[in-house]
Amino acid sequence: MSHLEKDAFGAKLGMWLFLFTEILLFGGVFLLYSVYLAKYPKEFGLGGKQLDLVYGATNTVVLLTSSLFAAMSVTAIKRGAKKATLSLLTGTIGCAFIFLFIKYLEWSAKIHHGIYPNSPKLIEGPPGESIFFGLYYLTTGLHGIHVIIGSVLMAWTAVMVQREVLHAGDNVTLENVTLYWHLVDLVWIFIFPLYYLIL
Amino acid sequence: MSQETATAEGGFWSDSGKTGIGSWIFSTDHKRIGLMYLYCVLSFFMVGVLLGVLIRLELIAPGPTIVTAQTYNALFTVHGVVMIFLFIIPGIPASFGNLVLPIQLGARDVAFPRVNLFSWWLYVIGAVIVLVSLFTGGGAPDTGWTFYVPFSARTTTNVSLAVFGVFILGFSSILTGINFVTTIHRMRAPGMTWTRIPLFTWSLYATAWVQILATPIIAITLLLVVTERILGLGLFDPSRGGDPIMFQHMFWIYSHPAVYIMILPGMGVISDIIPVFSRKPIFGYKMIAFSSLAIAAAGSAVWGHHMYTSGMSDLGVMVFSFLTFLVAIPSAIKVFNWVSTMYKGSISLEAPMLFALSFILLFSIGGLSGLILGAASTDIHVHDTHFVVGHFHYVMFGGTGFAFFAAAHYWLPKYFGRRYEEKPAIIGWVLMFIGFNVLYFTMQVLGMEGMPRRYYDYLPEFARLNFVATVGSWIMVAGILIVLWNLWRGLLKGEPFTGNPWGGATLEWSIPTPPPTENFEEDPVVTHGPYDFKGAGVP
Repeated sequence: MSHLEKDAFGAKLGMWLFLFTEILLFGGVFLLYSVYLAKYPKEFGLGGKQLDLVYGATNTVVLLTSSLFAAMSVTAIKRGAKKATLSLLTGTIGCAFIFLFIKYLEWSAKIHHGIYPNSPKLIEGPPGESIFFGLYYLTTGLHGIHVIIGSVLMAWTAVMVQREVLHAGDNVTLENVTLYWHLVDLVWIFIFPLYYLIL
Repeated sequence: MSQETATAEGGFWSDSGKTGIGSWIFSTDHKRIGLMYLYCVLSFFMVGVLLGVLIRLELIAPGPTIVTAQTYNALFTVHGVVMIFLFIIPGIPASFGNLVLPIQLGARDVAFPRVNLFSWWLYVIGAVIVLVSLFTGGGAPDTGWTFYVPFSARTTTNVSLAVFGVFILGFSSILTGINFVTTIHRMRAPGMTWTRIPLFTWSLYATAWVQILATPIIAITLLLVVTERILGLGLFDPSRGGDPIMFQHMFWIYSHPAVYIMILPGMGVISDIIPVFSRKPIFGYKMIAFSSLAIAAAGSAVWGHHMYTSGMSDLGVMVFSFLTFLVAIPSAIKVFNWVSTMYKGSISLEAPMLFALSFILLFSIGGLSGLILGAASTDIHVHDTHFVVGHFHYVMFGGTGFAFFAAAHYWLPKYFGRRYEEKPAIIGWVLMFIGFNVLYFTMQVLGMEGMPRRYYDYLPEFARLNFVATVGSWIMVAGILIVLWNLWRGLLKGEPFTGNPWGGATLEWSIPTPPPTENFEEDPVVTHGPYDFKGAGVP
């Protein structure tokens, strides 16, 4: 591979390897989840019932929609439709903000009820419950940070599309950022059933 | 490092047209990044050596000697953190890997030059954070480099910042790994088939996979320690229903494979040096390449052997013991192949070869003592004693450290266009080798006799051997200083190094010395293997 031509395949290969490390990062949390679920099945069940299914489900829909927009933006830039690409990227970022806002409502409701790390209520409660909510805050918090990073990357690519650094002929950066966004979505697809649904 | 002297040499030192510090710290040239890593890791190595000498000095006699118990705890913690995360993990892959890998593949740079520069910046930022953590907050961390909970979650020393610094260093390591894997897959010159890749690059390929697959686990584990300290989630706190053993599992799921991040590149260096200085093609090329991958794979499944005494089912102990023994097979394949390569070779005992030969001996001692620790019955006797300390210093320093110096003598003249003097190099090597064995073999004996590791004080019956070990550390340090001084002086002012004086057949010896910025004027076409000396036209 000569250094003169831009290697889009190589760039995507690198991105996939990086996404792999992100999966492993969250894998660590899911590992803890599985061990402690085996240890405290009853408390995890009770904890799960206290989470708000409406918030969780809405957020799932919002995030899936954002991923759809992101995927469509890749098709749009390949067609050379700059305007459509930009509005689709804006849509993705908008969905990210809605997601974070709902997360904020959800967390503040929980904190209002005295459920937060190291809170007196959790310390006095059964140990498994405190572990469940510890993991809940940890996982959704880590995921939330990834949503923020993803939004910043999306905004940055939007600027590059605007300036036509990224265009139909060279769009691998947009594709890579979109891949990252799909990963953020994918992780949520695991978080939602594990914490909100099956327990 | 004086750049004026160096830029007079031509090649990549000068032909980018820019000078000054900015042309280095913002350079995306893999050779400049490799050298910057080299300067950094060597500086931290010296810091680590100094701390190690202080530890040995404290242990020279029973009772308080030079520092308080709390300072002693900080000393061995910081010695471990600096040596592991700042020197030995990035040591060979980030410095010599960056210098050599693209050229060995016939590429003009790595796949992502800007990411490469970003990794170096992350390394520096992480290192600065680690260093800042020593002098701020509640003082230097005193947990041991393993940051075991529950102590690390409770101690008032500055663990959070140190752990955060290590987290950033891990990110740097991941990015380097991704860069190397992509480079090896996508940037090979025409004709550079998988069986023509030099074994150093092969070992970096295996290393890079371990970096990618293992480092995220330490990242999340370290984040968990920080959240435990700041938020008090209680995930590892038994009083809240957590399990401290979970921390040990997650920590070693990374940190045991990380041992192979440390040793595999060293093995790669040796695989490149032995055939060149034996004037013979390497014996069993494919098996050496394959064994690197096998070590990387098997080494990822043996973390449990760190926890035989922490409470584990007998079945678990047996499984981990079996898997641990498996790693010995590919390691032994390499050792036998290096020895077979030398058989009936025309061996020239120059400095790189001497370091390579001592690598084989010291690594073998380290590996065999590893088997004593891998077997549960003997491990329970020597667990957490000085035997363990001696063992891993044989592997880490006797292995990787000596390989690092072998690589420095072998490759650095290529990049500086000047070479060191042979005689002081050999004197330094002799002192290092003798001091090393006096120091660490004594430690293994001490451990067998029951002296625990990490202890500030010890019983009078250990006094004599501790004294011997401390004297060994002085001899070794004298050797290290001579070697470094000789390298530094030689590379700046030594006699010119041109052409292919070692007679290597890998691609880096086919380009000018020092290499130009673009490495190759036109993309090379590879027609022979890396150890096919006749094919490369080496007499």
